[in-house]
Amino acid sequence: MATKASRTAARAMVSPAVILLLGWMIVPLAMTLYFSFLRYNLLNPTQGGFAGFDNYYYFLTNPAFFQALTNTLTLVLGVLVITVFGGIGLALLLDQPIWGQGVVRVLVIAPFFVMPTVSALVWKNMFMNPVNGMFAHMAKAMGLQPYDFLAHAPLASIIVIVAWQWLPFSTLILLTALQSLDREQQEAAEMDGASVFNRFVYLTVPHLTRAVTVVILIQTIFLLSVFAEILVTTNGGPGTASTNISYLVYAQSLLNYDVGGGSAGGIIAVILANIVAFFVMRMIGKNLDA
Amino acid sequence: MARKTTQTRKALTTVAAWSIGFLIFFPILWTVLMSFHSEGDAIKGPFAMLASPWTFESYGEVQHRSNYALHFWNSVVISFGSTLAALVIAIPAAWAMAFVPGRRTKDLLMWMLSTKMMPSVGVLIPMYLMFRDFGLLDTRSGLVAVLTLINLPIVVWMLYTYFKEIPGEILEAARMDGASLRSEILHVLTPMAVPGIASTVLLNVILAWNEAFWTLQLTTSDAAPLTQFIASYSSPEGLFYAKLSAASTMAIAPILILGWFSQKQLVRGLTFGAVK
Amino acid sequence: MGKITLRNVVKRFGDAEVIPPLDLDIENGEFVVFVGPSGCGKSTLLRLIAGLEDTSDGVISIDGLDATDTPPAKRGLAMVFQSYALYPHMTVRKNIAFPLKMAGLSPEAAAKKVEAAAKVLNLTAYLDRKPGQLSGGQRQRVAIGRAIVREPKAFLFDEPLSNLDAALRVNMRLEISELHQTLKTTMVYVTHDQVEAMTMADKIVVLNAGRIEQVGSPLTLYNRPANLFVAGFIGSPKMNFVTGAEAEAHGAPTIGIRPEHIDLSAQNGDWQGKVGVSEHLGSDTFLHVHVPEVGVVTVRAGGEVAARHGDTVWLTLQADRIHRFGPDGKAL
Repeated sequence: MATKASRTAARAMVSPAVILLLGWMIVPLAMTLYFSFLRYNLLNPTQGGFAGFDNYYYFLTNPAFFQALTNTLTLVLGVLVITVFGGIGLALLLDQPIWGQGVVRVLVIAPFFVMPTVSALVWKNMFMNPVNGMFAHMAKAMGLQPYDFLAHAPLASIIVIVAWQWLPFSTLILLTALQSLDREQQEAAEMDGASVFNRFVYLTVPHLTRAVTVVILIQTIFLLSVFAEILVTTNGGPGTASTNISYLVYAQSLLNYDVGGGSAGGIIAVILANIVAFFVMRMIGKNLDA
Repeated sequence: MARKTTQTRKALTTVAAWSIGFLIFFPILWTVLMSFHSEGDAIKGPFAMLASPWTFESYGEVQHRSNYALHFWNSVVISFGSTLAALVIAIPAAWAMAFVPGRRTKDLLMWMLSTKMMPSVGVLIPMYLMFRDFGLLDTRSGLVAVLTLINLPIVVWMLYTYFKEIPGEILEAARMDGASLRSEILHVLTPMAVPGIASTVLLNVILAWNEAFWTLQLTTSDAAPLTQFIASYSSPEGLFYAKLSAASTMAIAPILILGWFSQKQLVRGLTFGAVK
Repeated sequence: MGKITLRNVVKRFGDAEVIPPLDLDIENGEFVVFVGPSGCGKSTLLRLIAGLEDTSDGVISIDGLDATDTPPAKRGLAMVFQSYALYPHMTVRKNIAFPLKMAGLSPEAAAKKVEAAAKVLNLTAYLDRKPGQLSGGQRQRVAIGRAIVREPKAFLFDEPLSNLDAALRVNMRLEISELHQTLKTTMVYVTHDQVEAMTMADKIVVLNAGRIEQVGSPLTLYNRPANLFVAGFIGSPKMNFVTGAEAEAHGAPTIGIRPEHIDLSAQNGDWQGKVGVSEHLGSDTFLHVHVPEVGVVTVRAGGEVAARHGDTVWLTLQADRIHRFGPDGKAL
């Protein structure tokens, strides 16, 4: 579909984007890899030299690492379960004929546009605070003891906050998918004698499968690196009860000034993300031409 | 099916949908309401607060004590700056991939997308050290550069899906009419793709506005956008609920309004065209 | 001037040879139509001439100058696309003026040319509308307008009428022919419709699988098709082909006879058959007659013929109108 001249032009036109992204990917990553094999602490400049795999060894055997890994997976899975099931339910509800559908849609979508630091602080203070939060007021009104969510169930609380931010995303995508259902296909099935239930199972569910996969995989990318919500609510605590891998690497490198150890953690995070990314790319690649 | 729906059923679903919608929206609504009350009234409990007198004093306080306007302006510069920079790099790239596809175009697109999946912490240290050594820490230009690169794959992808919908014959017609490549992109493709480009800009401004990893790591005060400014409220002194609410309301209001306009594009942009 | 010469032109997409080595001369001022079934390479050939595709081999020259590696913008040709390819964000005026703007013409001079072209094409009233507000025929005229203002060496048309409804197609066909009479500029026209080819062309190029089957005037192709393919492609309804003993009786492995060259009789003739389907068009009647040993033969009869399904009829071939083809499909 093109001439040699236009192909040459095309190569020239993509190269800035490719070169920039290549640089962005390779240069810092190579530096991280390099640092991860060094004894390098910003607070202790006299120490130095090649560390071999020591940084990796210390990072991986640190009990906090195992906890962070579990926390990361719990966070991702917890949010996914809430947003996927909640999203399907909400999308089915919003797809029904209702009055003021546009307004409800707008209300449901709103949390997605709230910046992470704002939503985390709003939940932390206005709702989950054990003294002045909305939940504390409600508990007191019912004669119950207020519960300190972030102190006693930090990870669950963070899951709720993050799920609140992502529920609109899954709802919106599933709703879009529902609305693109082929009406004629539905009517054809009706003419063929399929009941409402059968139409849902044999037509709607397969149609939604793809949207659900998209939701799961894209959210996973973002959820693996949740950071701001943890920073402003619990600082990863109490102890390391709500520390995920992202936060652990941050704490290691910029709070403990351990460049070598932090870099090793960064590389491990990249490897973990790549394992997930492998599946994401396969899925999106398959859907690319559709 | 619409034709079978009775009015009662419609009323019931309407009530259910509105209740859930209200519940989901409530934290935002509550923040806005709280921002219009005094600090003392804000912590008295829901009903006492709603009954107390309304005031704008928190808004004045926020600006007075922490120079809100500067952080707002930082957010504007960083989000629009990075989006426009990405656009300038991405339009030619998307043109090439949409209209002169080669055997490797698909792989190239996938690779660009894969850069999005690299966790930021993986490159935190080198980025931090480079920023420190080049004096870019806490500067707007440094942050614009980083966010441009972060959003570049999404911008390329979105433009690519929009450009794909423009018939190649029109660009060929321009070529036959004697247009150079520059004219072809500037006078024919870009004006035709204005709706797509606008949606791309909108979505990326939103993403950049809310980006809360690099903005928190690489700024402290002078270049701090609203994400960092709000985060500074996490270790409060004294009564601060109303002021936090006022600051939050101001931080999310502009993007909430932009976001409501871009619902449809949001789906397409965030699913890389897999769901339309 | 607008003489286009193709010498040994080859086009390959990967390993597939879409156009095997091909030679063609298009004379100045000629109306040349490329016709053939879909996928025969006629559009590719046009795009090679336009410069929108590279030739894999061979030379394309325009007015004697080698233009093989000249970019489309510099070839001095204008093209009208199947989808019209109008710029949707520009008014009709700006659409027509675009090539002039690209050529660096002053806005005043361009405006004058646009006005003149609009007058010729009856577009004056629509100059400030956008393409989206025009009907199919009007869009077609804008596309032509955009082509004529440049005063190109030649016009290239890529199936320009296929998106129009039947009535409009006939009108536009006449308008394009008229335009050619007025401008006397070379036109190269691609279509899959042999009626368009027959009615408009000075010279028809029949293509099949990238090869040129025959080049000639419409009547040459009609009267003396070079092979079975051209014989079957040109003319409507299709020529009847007969093989076997009946054909051998006329001295060839295959013979062809057009429906309009068969005489119908109720009493006697060469072949006896039964009428199957008869299509009454008013002016003509097409009878599909089942002849034993020969097969179904299409016969064109007058509009008043009252043959019914199952009637027995006699057919006589006009002897001087029989086409004879050899075993290789070539005309004898």
